[in-house]
Amino acid sequence: MTSLFDYTLASARDALKARKVSSVELVNAHLDAIERLDGRLNSFITRTPEEARKAAQEADATLAKGEGGSLCGLPIGIKDLFATENVRTTAASKILGNFIPPYESTVTANLKRDGAISLGKLNLDEFAMGSTNLTSAFGGVENPWKRNDSDAKLVPGGSSGGSAAAVAAGLVLGATGTDTGGSIRQPAAFCGIAGVKPTYGRCSRFGTIAFASSLDQAGPMARNLQDCAILLESMAGFDAKDSTSVNKPVPHYEAALGRGVKGLRVGIPKEYRIDGLSPEIEKIWEQGITWLKDAGAEVVDISLPHTKYGLPAYYIAALAEASSNLARYDGVRFGERVKAESLDGLYEATRAAGFGDEVKRRILLGTYALSSGYYDAYYLRAQKVRTLLQRDFLKAYESVDVILTPTAPSSAFAWDEKPTDPVQVYLNDVFTVPASMAGVPALSVPAGLDGKGVPLGLQLIGRFFDEETLFAAGSVLEQAASFTHRPSIHAGVSA
Amino acid sequence: MSLDAKTVAKIARLARIGLSEDEVQSHQKEMQGIIGWVDQLNEVDVTDVPPMIGTGLAEPRLREDNVTDGNCRDKVLSNAPDREGPFYTVPKVVE
Repeated sequence: MTSLFDYTLASARDALKARKVSSVELVNAHLDAIERLDGRLNSFITRTPEEARKAAQEADATLAKGEGGSLCGLPIGIKDLFATENVRTTAASKILGNFIPPYESTVTANLKRDGAISLGKLNLDEFAMGSTNLTSAFGGVENPWKRNDSDAKLVPGGSSGGSAAAVAAGLVLGATGTDTGGSIRQPAAFCGIAGVKPTYGRCSRFGTIAFASSLDQAGPMARNLQDCAILLESMAGFDAKDSTSVNKPVPHYEAALGRGVKGLRVGIPKEYRIDGLSPEIEKIWEQGITWLKDAGAEVVDISLPHTKYGLPAYYIAALAEASSNLARYDGVRFGERVKAESLDGLYEATRAAGFGDEVKRRILLGTYALSSGYYDAYYLRAQKVRTLLQRDFLKAYESVDVILTPTAPSSAFAWDEKPTDPVQVYLNDVFTVPASMAGVPALSVPAGLDGKGVPLGLQLIGRFFDEETLFAAGSVLEQAASFTHRPSIHAGVSA
Repeated sequence: MSLDAKTVAKIARLARIGLSEDEVQSHQKEMQGIIGWVDQLNEVDVTDVPPMIGTGLAEPRLREDNVTDGNCRDKVLSNAPDREGPFYTVPKVVE
């Protein structure tokens, strides 16, 4: 007898269609698990149990008629960066603490259209700025995994840390994330789940609260790649409401999972062998290379010469965009207002009280990079380096089909081990940022555990709009790794 | 490039973020560190390299000049901090 928490999104979908389980049972079990565990994990900012129970009843009625979309009746979570109609959307910031959008983001509307049931809004780093999920105005998120020698609270990664923790702990079957420089892939790796950052333009940005518009991209997070494929097929698609949305048909991603990698050329970039890379990360990377070789792929050494400059260029480009995007939170039209004598005083007091330290730091840096006298030295130069980063990938794809790297330079660290130097925190994204800068798709799959029993992820980076090859190669890694470990804190473990 | 406290205070004013004296000092230290690290971009030869503006994957497109939205006054007003009848009111922003 399988427990309700042994289902993956895909197996739950099949069980629902076969009427072996009802949506009401699934939703109730997951809501109970949230009740039991989330006081501790803090993965949700807003829970919507009433709406979810009602939707589950409707889903069961639809399924009874043999109808319903690809996600009909399946409980998921939504990162609290996606605007959801009539449900509070905070971006984990005090400044949007009471914002109730009168409209729905395109990505969540697509998921709803296909029958997915949201259990609520998931925690994140404030405005998606962070790699730890500790910058949320609603408190940090605890990673459900523990080191086998200590009870220290680990970070889930970020910015989609609530999404990753909730999926890993079995509180939802899947979740939405957003990725600007690694915000889906790094938390997926830290929490032992799969996460996909699609090609820029694959998922609409309409209704997703903006951090850095030329980099932000929504994607799925789930316990395996099949689940991610099902979610992405629903989330993706052309949207006239996003000027950077690309009008290309959405493939049936699930069908690509079994393609295999025979004859596929896999690039291993030498620049990712950075100084001080932990031997455990190196080992898992070597393991991934062997797995792909054993499955018939050809492994090729490649060079992505500008890799080293990816991170500093990203911090300039992304923060410049952020300083501009976040100018709208001025306390005048919406958001929490702090009154003052003058108008500038109102702006300054509102933004001083409404934004957390990391957001302030990033707005200040972005403002500096765009300010008169520094624009050419920083912003323009960073955009030129971005061109070189993109060229690196385009050149590599002349000789390889996909690139394999580690997802992050370490496994999840403890809350109190977070470095105090911001640059050290930024280095978490060293392997994920280059693909974001180029706009190419990438994913992370769990590949094993480190010596202390904490998950490690491998990253695959693909060609523009070739998510299918990523799913095919990722699926080979997934099968070889047969990652069936579960975190210490999990819905299926009776207390 | 060095980033002194005066510059940080100026940037904070441009960004309309109120900072106390102490906060200016702590941000100055951190920003100085970050900018120092970013300065490695100066090693890159960017001669004749065009800046990348977006990923260039989406086709620019035109649409008919029609109203595609509207008749949603109450929705628009739902987040108004203050309102007077059907009007959205804000503090005086033109001085």
